[in-house]
Amino acid sequence: MARIAGVDIPDNKRGEISLTYIHGIGRSSAVEILEKANVNKDIKVKEWTDEQQGEIRNIIVNNYTIEGALRSEKQMNIKRLRDIGCYRGIRHRVGLPLRGQKTKNNAKTRKIRRVN
Amino acid sequence: MSRSLKKGPFINFKLERKVLAMDKQKKTVIKTWARNSMISPDFVGLTLAVHNGNRFIPVYVTENMVGHRLGEFAPTRTYRGHKKKK
Repeated sequence: MARIAGVDIPDNKRGEISLTYIHGIGRSSAVEILEKANVNKDIKVKEWTDEQQGEIRNIIVNNYTIEGALRSEKQMNIKRLRDIGCYRGIRHRVGLPLRGQKTKNNAKTRKIRRVN
Repeated sequence: MSRSLKKGPFINFKLERKVLAMDKQKKTVIKTWARNSMISPDFVGLTLAVHNGNRFIPVYVTENMVGHRLGEFAPTRTYRGHKKKK
């Protein structure tokens, strides 16, 4: 199990896929990272050498906003919209789509009460 | 498509002129219909009355609002939820 960026522990998959288990890193940035670190993206995580792992870790920590920091950043952006009371903020408050979509039907992603 | 950077943000010319000419201490409210005008940094701290098609909604401009348009703060539709079943 490789530990990158705090809590993330993907393994036994190709590096390209495995890195996407980190919140804030998708397929394209995963490939970008591996290219920068000079690691073959098709190699599995368990086959990474320690130096390669360190290099990848470095690149991620220095260049990407991930996990908690990213989540709080998103929250802050939403909070700003809510606080200034603009149209998008109001829509956030009432839980309806922000970008002018129809709400006569559908729009279920925003409309359904989420039970956590 | 986003607006050309060459032109800069759209700020209603007449509104901007009024704001700049205004005495900031006096706290007068400027009425405006220019809902599509961007809020420029000069507007911060003023109260503008933005028309929503029916009446003027007073909008106190804060620093966070810079870059938004005036209309975003004066909703044109009223909707207070559906009728609750008794």
